[in-house]
Amino acid sequence: MSRDAFIAANRFGLGARPGELSALAGDPRGALLEQLKATPVPTDLPDTAGALEIAGSRRAMTAGTTMDANDDGRPDNPIRDLYLREVTARFARCVASTAPLRDRLVLFWSNHFTVSVARSGVVPLAGVFEREAIAPHVTGRFADLLTAATLHPAMLTYLDQYRSIGPDSKIGQRKDVGLNENLGREVLELHTLGVDGGYGQDDVIALARILTGWTATTDKGGVAKRFGFDPNRHQPGDKMLVGTKIKEGGEQETHDALAMLARHPSTAKHLATKLVRHFVADDPPAAAVDHIASVYLQSDGDLAAVTRAVIALDSAWTDPLAKMKTPWELAVAMARALGGDGLMVDGPALFRRLRSLGQPPFGAPSPAGWPDRAPDWLGPDALMRRIDLGADIAGKQAGGTDLASLIDATIAPLLSPSKAQFIKGAGDRASGVAMVFASPEFQQR
Amino acid sequence: MNTLLNRRGLLQGFLGAGLLASMPRYAFAKTPDDRRFIFIILRGGMDGLAAVPPVGDKDYADLRGPLAIAAPGQPDGVLPLDDRFGLHPALAPIHGLWQAGHLQIVHAATTPYRDRSHFDAQNVLETGGNGPSGSGVGWLNRALGLMGGSGLGLAVNEAAPLVMSGPTQVATWVNGAGAGPSDYLLDAIDRLYADAPAFHAALATARDTEQLLADADTNAMARQRGLGRLTPAFKGLASLMRDARGPRIATLEVTGWDTHSAQGAAKGRLATLLGQFADALSALRQDLEPVWAKTVVVAATEFGRTAAPNGSAGTDHGTAGAAFVLGGALEGRRMIVDWPGLARDRLYEGRDLAPTTDLRSVFASVLRDHVGLPEADIRSRVFVDAARLPFTPDLVRG
Repeated sequence: MSRDAFIAANRFGLGARPGELSALAGDPRGALLEQLKATPVPTDLPDTAGALEIAGSRRAMTAGTTMDANDDGRPDNPIRDLYLREVTARFARCVASTAPLRDRLVLFWSNHFTVSVARSGVVPLAGVFEREAIAPHVTGRFADLLTAATLHPAMLTYLDQYRSIGPDSKIGQRKDVGLNENLGREVLELHTLGVDGGYGQDDVIALARILTGWTATTDKGGVAKRFGFDPNRHQPGDKMLVGTKIKEGGEQETHDALAMLARHPSTAKHLATKLVRHFVADDPPAAAVDHIASVYLQSDGDLAAVTRAVIALDSAWTDPLAKMKTPWELAVAMARALGGDGLMVDGPALFRRLRSLGQPPFGAPSPAGWPDRAPDWLGPDALMRRIDLGADIAGKQAGGTDLASLIDATIAPLLSPSKAQFIKGAGDRASGVAMVFASPEFQQR
Repeated sequence: MNTLLNRRGLLQGFLGAGLLASMPRYAFAKTPDDRRFIFIILRGGMDGLAAVPPVGDKDYADLRGPLAIAAPGQPDGVLPLDDRFGLHPALAPIHGLWQAGHLQIVHAATTPYRDRSHFDAQNVLETGGNGPSGSGVGWLNRALGLMGGSGLGLAVNEAAPLVMSGPTQVATWVNGAGAGPSDYLLDAIDRLYADAPAFHAALATARDTEQLLADADTNAMARQRGLGRLTPAFKGLASLMRDARGPRIATLEVTGWDTHSAQGAAKGRLATLLGQFADALSALRQDLEPVWAKTVVVAATEFGRTAAPNGSAGTDHGTAGAAFVLGGALEGRRMIVDWPGLARDRLYEGRDLAPTTDLRSVFASVLRDHVGLPEADIRSRVFVDAARLPFTPDLVRG
């Protein structure tokens, strides 16, 4: 079993399913490039309009929408049900995936453009946001991804954009309402230029003004029905954004501004740093970051070209255990290792488990998303829960598992003979499986 | 502890003893000193003008508009502190601490950071420098190093927050249930960690913490119904800290302060959170009774919020705000403030409460006058960017 196959399956994948390491062994890099051509898997989950309809239904209104509703056993809450369907479908998709690199890109960009169910309005929308605003664009152009993510109802809700009104717009002149800077600030700080990317408070206000108009129209009950651009809320006039004049033009201003930001060298640097941190090392090597940033700029933000360049980095293939798996990646990897498409299919239990691991699905603590460095996931208590997850799954599933085959299919390329011998000598099969799952070779990627 | 000997025995049997020297070990409370310090991070930017409203400032009511809270004695009015300041009515559970001389409030204060990014501002609050730092080392971790190193610190968190991160090993603990893996399995897994020091150290720390917690028997407490959302974590921490073998320095986090919209005034979204926070502080104080006279708690946030409401009845990222200092070790009640006023021309950049106090002067004074670190060490090794930092006098009883 080759080391490169291990890296392809873990660093760039979601952990090996039985047989995956041998399939990758011939040409690991070539196999990854093939995965980039995969298309999103069809789904029977509701689209954005359908999710909004569920969110606005009378039943949803009376059931309450807080996160606590997700596991308190309260019956008949369509928003909670939709959220849990999204979580279980996403988990099953990752466990069954034959193009795990593509799913990793979806997880990466979905985290880059975090919308979090910490805001109750996002609960019914987080899943469809990832499926409709993120997934179609992860091998497309960043400008398209940025636009789709910024203008999706989930983002407009999460970062308060739908409340923002241009002070000199028609509505702004009539009512005592005004600008909300939240989305404008986070687009600059988190999604494009980065905090040191060369913008100031004036630019935050400029982008907030440009974005005025994107909102939700509401029906009589106050329920958000339709999201779109309302010119009556839009702040008139030209705007200066990061030294570029954005000419007055209603919703076109947003497209001009996002296209300009997508092409900005600071954006290239910011995205390259995050990608290299995610796929190479917690402290991203400067040379790799510079290279990825230059590929980004030369290709005009073509994320397929950028991903191919990340795969081609020598530094991505040196240390096979440079990164800690996130709780989500870890749980998926355990299910994949056991070939278990039926594992962890109970929505509430899966939710509780991931929450206890510190990563409730679609539940990042802030717009910055989940952290991406080992110390963020390797606290003592967190490690105990990660071990507990493996022990729990092993206890339930180990009955039919051959320990030697499991090791061969997962961590064998990196495991010392003495450790392999030690695990195989475990007092019971479940403990052996739990030891595989708890090993540094399985917990890291 | 016996478990330590067992683990060492196993490790030596498995891969030899050579690695042991590099592994941080952990045992609570090596120093005889019994003073406690808890640092609570209020993440998201708590609105200091809402939590501790300057109702006596002539510009306050106009500036805050619908977010303004009434004067003391009026319906839903603030709880009186001094001529200028009151406490948000939802903070009633800690008003008694003020009356008892166990609460001080810092106002118009923040870190040296001015650019209104949550993540950079929290970085500065936690690393203690003049600007964001990529060092990954927090000022409390540096203080722990000066106090004697590993085994004194505990973070109520999945992983240590930045303020507690760094070379000195700290424990982490989260309120949770479940029996967990057996000792047999954990011993075996620890052998797999013999060549992975970070995993070994984390596992050893987690097991020690669980042991301590089992001794403290908080189960009955955890089952109790009707506690506030934040209270169990605060009570759990109290049960760990009042134990003579427990941690001396701890951190806790409360999130949810980023009130961009509909934050409310005397009631509403922010009031609810303030109420939960005050309930939890009150429970912490009760459960720390045996050591309360030796305890200081500081609760601080990364920045305040805009002085005036934004367009959605909330507030945007601002600059100076308020912080709380509580404890039986305090000198008495006091407002620590050099009030800049709320007149338009007194606001920072025309929009935020102007900063007049560096929060680090409070942190540094707790470290000097309560924890007992030498001032020279604090200046040279904890807040190294702040050579001229003024300390806050008379914070704690000498």
